[in-house]
Amino acid sequence: MKNIYEYYAKWIREGKLKPSSDWNKDLKVKFTLQDPCQIVRKSFGDAIAEDLRYALKACVGEENFIDMTPNKSNNYCCGGGGGFLQSGFKEQRLEYGRIKDSQIKETGATYCVAGCHNCHAQIHELSEHYEGHYQVVHFWTILCLALGILGPNERTYLGDDLKGVNVFHPESEM
Amino acid sequence: MAEGAIKLGGKKKKSTIMDMVKEILPDGGNLNACLTCGACSSGCPATGLEGMDARKFLRMAALGMDEEIMKSNWPWMCTMCQRCIYVCPMKIDIPQLIFNIRSRRPRDQRPKGIVASCDMAMKGETLSAMGTSVEDFQFVVEDVLGEYQEAQPEFADMEAPIDKKGAEFFLNQNSREPVTEPDEMVPLWKILHTAGVSWTYGSKAWAAENYCLFIADTENWKKMLHQQADMVHELGCKTYLNTE
Repeated sequence: MKNIYEYYAKWIREGKLKPSSDWNKDLKVKFTLQDPCQIVRKSFGDAIAEDLRYALKACVGEENFIDMTPNKSNNYCCGGGGGFLQSGFKEQRLEYGRIKDSQIKETGATYCVAGCHNCHAQIHELSEHYEGHYQVVHFWTILCLALGILGPNERTYLGDDLKGVNVFHPESEM
Repeated sequence: MAEGAIKLGGKKKKSTIMDMVKEILPDGGNLNACLTCGACSSGCPATGLEGMDARKFLRMAALGMDEEIMKSNWPWMCTMCQRCIYVCPMKIDIPQLIFNIRSRRPRDQRPKGIVASCDMAMKGETLSAMGTSVEDFQFVVEDVLGEYQEAQPEFADMEAPIDKKGAEFFLNQNSREPVTEPDEMVPLWKILHTAGVSWTYGSKAWAAENYCLFIADTENWKKMLHQQADMVHELGCKTYLNTE
């Protein structure tokens, strides 16, 4: 039983994947990262959080990654886990997420990478509800973008600023 | 005639939640192990919801306020994220207490949305909380794969295998992509293809989500895990790879 974040980093270190952050050299789009409680604090600890940062920085550029405070094993839960999203307590869930929204806004990042689906859904909703309007993306999207293999139909969660960047087979847009 | 001596403490209710609290203390600890320092509550996003917080909740349990605790919806607003136990100097497992309290509610009184997702997962072989069948999953994977092999010739050899025996990795898959946004499955396939990784989905037990855990339905949670493990063993995969 392993988590793929560990392997993203491993495959980059071994040269099996060669992402480049050149696409972001001039754009300087800023990214932050949500550490999923289940994977980091509850399962693999800070080591896997470091792996995910290593992989993300390789894709967006070291200078374009801004961590939340606190982070890694000390990170705050976003409020999407434990069944909260399906429990019917929406008002309380958004209140719970207020602290996460503030953390993200304080980084100034326009993108938050969320590897976990519950985090993804919750933070997306927080972005709209508290009008931070930051984008929430899966890591695989950013990795493929940096590998130059992200097609036009795989950009659902990218904002308009990145819809047309480094597009693989733009003619296949549907 | 004097009546018999009054027996003291006869009306005292036995607190079962108190027993649970004792069980979740670290080995050899007792209730005094909680220093009431409040580190749990001060770093918890659920603090204040329903006028509750982690320290208060534990104190209520220690005081035998079982009825109030069972009435509260707060256990469904704690996500069991474990930040409280992470910072607790005495390592008191409040998330486990929350889980146990969730499990004590009659099943039909637990939040309907989570119960429905657990029930749906248990209905089929895929364990998908969205009810995706073996056939539907296979169809969508093959359909999407075919489209991309054609539209992006560099990936003409890309695979998205189902039930490939002896693959190194058994991948799980959240139901959200195959059901609502199939194109979102593709970036991961491309990454695995580019890295030259040997992997497979299972036709059964591929779903990544587990709502039975959230609903504290231990029996069905266990069943799900067994079905997943059986599938991985059946295919002879070395590693179950969680993709989220």
